[in-house]
Amino acid sequence: MQHVAIADQTDELHDPQTFITKYVWSQDHKVIAIQYGSTAIFVGLVALVLSGLMRLQLGFPDTFDFIDPNAYLQFVTMHGMIMVIYLLTALLLGGFGNYLIPLMIGARDMVFPYLNMLSFWFYLLSVIVLLASFFVPGGPTGAGWTLYPPQAILPGTPGYDWGIILMLASLAIFIIAFTMGGLNYVTTVLQARTTGMTLMRMPLTIWGIFTATVLGLLAFPALLVSAIMMMLDKVIGTSFFMPALVSLGETLDYTGGSPVLFQHLFWFFGHPEVYIVALPAFGMVSDVLATHARKNIFGYRMMVWAIVGIGGLSFVVWAHHMYVSGMHPAFGFFFATTTLIIAVPTAIKVYNWVLTLWQGNIHLRVPMLFAIGFIFTFIHGGLTGLFLGNVVIDLPLSDTYFVVAHFHMVMGVSPVMVLFAAIYHWYPLMTGRMFNETLGKLHFWFTFLGTYAIYLPMHYLGFLGVPRRYFAMGTTDFIPESAQSLNASITISALIVGAAQLLFLVNVIWSLRNGAKAGHNPWGATSLEWQTPDVPPHHGNWGDKLPQVYRWAYDFSVPGAKEDFIPQNHPVTDEEQTGGEHQEGGA
Amino acid sequence: MSIFKTLGQKPWLADANPALPLTTVPEVDTNAAARIVLRFIMAIVSVLFFLFIITFLSRSQYPDFQALAGQPWQPFTDASRLWLNTGILACASLAIHFGLRGARLTKINQAVAGICAAVFFSVLFLLAQLDLWQHLQAMGFYVNSNPANSYFYVLTALHGLHLMGGLIVLANVAFRVWYDEAPETLAAPLKLCATYWHFLLGVWLVLFALLTSTPETINALAAMCGF
Repeated sequence: MQHVAIADQTDELHDPQTFITKYVWSQDHKVIAIQYGSTAIFVGLVALVLSGLMRLQLGFPDTFDFIDPNAYLQFVTMHGMIMVIYLLTALLLGGFGNYLIPLMIGARDMVFPYLNMLSFWFYLLSVIVLLASFFVPGGPTGAGWTLYPPQAILPGTPGYDWGIILMLASLAIFIIAFTMGGLNYVTTVLQARTTGMTLMRMPLTIWGIFTATVLGLLAFPALLVSAIMMMLDKVIGTSFFMPALVSLGETLDYTGGSPVLFQHLFWFFGHPEVYIVALPAFGMVSDVLATHARKNIFGYRMMVWAIVGIGGLSFVVWAHHMYVSGMHPAFGFFFATTTLIIAVPTAIKVYNWVLTLWQGNIHLRVPMLFAIGFIFTFIHGGLTGLFLGNVVIDLPLSDTYFVVAHFHMVMGVSPVMVLFAAIYHWYPLMTGRMFNETLGKLHFWFTFLGTYAIYLPMHYLGFLGVPRRYFAMGTTDFIPESAQSLNASITISALIVGAAQLLFLVNVIWSLRNGAKAGHNPWGATSLEWQTPDVPPHHGNWGDKLPQVYRWAYDFSVPGAKEDFIPQNHPVTDEEQTGGEHQEGGA
Repeated sequence: MSIFKTLGQKPWLADANPALPLTTVPEVDTNAAARIVLRFIMAIVSVLFFLFIITFLSRSQYPDFQALAGQPWQPFTDASRLWLNTGILACASLAIHFGLRGARLTKINQAVAGICAAVFFSVLFLLAQLDLWQHLQAMGFYVNSNPANSYFYVLTALHGLHLMGGLIVLANVAFRVWYDEAPETLAAPLKLCATYWHFLLGVWLVLFALLTSTPETINALAAMCGF
């Protein structure tokens, strides 16, 4: 189906007329984005509750009868999978990707709106299939979010029957949904940019989303391949991954497959997945920082190169998740080296964020607080990644709470900080209302300090050797009793942080009706999405005339300019050309 | 390379990229957009089959793996059925190309004949593959009796599914012949379909070569990949 709403046009846009076509079967990218975002946040809240239940067991063992070992493993598994795939990937790309791409590049919609709509409905179906596993005999799978065979499909693992089947089916549906959406995102960025919007004038948000989408399109097939093969191992008894084995005293028909093969496939997807989540976050935080520091992003070209470089390198680091699987030492050396190399472009980005703040006119509004909070949490998570990227350090720390703390800081808390920054930043555009600043700041401080209260002690538990995934620690010689006190304190912090998210929900819902009118471009931003004739943008985004782009997205505090920002659709003036020489060192 | 030139631009310089004339109105070239989508789809499908093939080579180094060719009792030592199926798919590819030539020359009858023949040969290929499945099962080569068998069924099924997806798109294109008075508009989408058909023929040839390889060939390939 060809959408006609890209170019300037005099005839009427094909506006949806009924409630159903406007809000349910909508092909408008903004509505689809809200649908994606709402679903992702809903399922993310389910995962948040699951993490709370997990922490209750770890902090106060033998207290809650309804949490048995099986339930605990199911909580762990579903929490991890939902957070990584169904919340972060879906919200960052399906939600923000959908909302921002057409608006930021000056298009009226995605190039294939019908495909875009299908993408959401497939995503919703994948979520329903996943959640259905809570209601089947045996419950959801408890194999851990990595779903390693052989235990994932064998008796003894909770949900080894229907739970794992529904999980694999849900993942396959999600991948189809993502592919439909992803094809739209890359094609729209490459084909539907407005006049003057060259690739190197695109905001870094778009670069991040675009590169992450390409990564997703090329990495998700690995998950699909492993899901198909494991499903066949489970359902019709093939032996792709399943070795010859005896289970519960019974010799099974499997003939000698390779579980490590699954690990390779899984992590060939799994590591790019980290950057599928991180790159959009990198892009969005760059735009939030520049806007609220009233300063051009430092080193724009370097930022673009780093995004592309990280994207490429992310495909050659996967086996650093598998140092303890018995790989050849030479491979360990190779993957440790590539892992350290990928730290270089990542560090460049961190330096550039900090240098963007340097001598900026920093406005500590709520989005900026979250963006600066992200820099802290990402540096902490990144530095512990350097530890774990080295084989000799990883071996003793593997499968301890140090790893849990590391990856939660780097790809749990950090992207979530950016998500909050982004939601607060673009909330006025999406709703036409301002959120409550006090509630937002309270939400930030509870979340920011709370996450440190959770994860800093967790690093220490890891150094003590406390293993992850255990339902109960029991009595061990090498773990002091005081570790339990620390675990209890982590649980209390986690519950407080979890409850603090209610501040966010209340703020978002309350402000929809009661927030002050946002007006046009309340942050004084330069990028195109804030230059729409209507706030929130109407169907078709731009009224009768598409915007023309004359400049990059970071003309803040330009000498000679009337205001401290110049939108991308404002022509270059003579005063600027003479006054803007100072910016030449930008990259 | 233009990509490096693009990435080397300095967008913060006011005169680096002078604004384009105001009269310029960007229009999305739907054919170009569809071409990009097709390229990405082919890249994704390539990655999918590449990963399957890599796992095939890795899995082949385990002692229970028995290749489907190389010994007289193995089904693909005589690959005549596979050659026949390959010929059918090649005919489909040729037919769609024939139809494309017709569309380009605005010979509507040739275009329709080409599309119909392509659909016919594609469906025939799928039926022949199903027949091949039944042939193997009749010989006792079940999907779960050996990993090489499992790969055969999975790879052929996935290839067939991709061909079915192509048929759906081709059907959409074919309907334009009926509903669209201008046959020249058929050429661009039909070219994309033809590219996809040639691509699937290429994928099939790779699968054919892999599935009919002797254990020695498979071992050599696996050794080259470090397995």
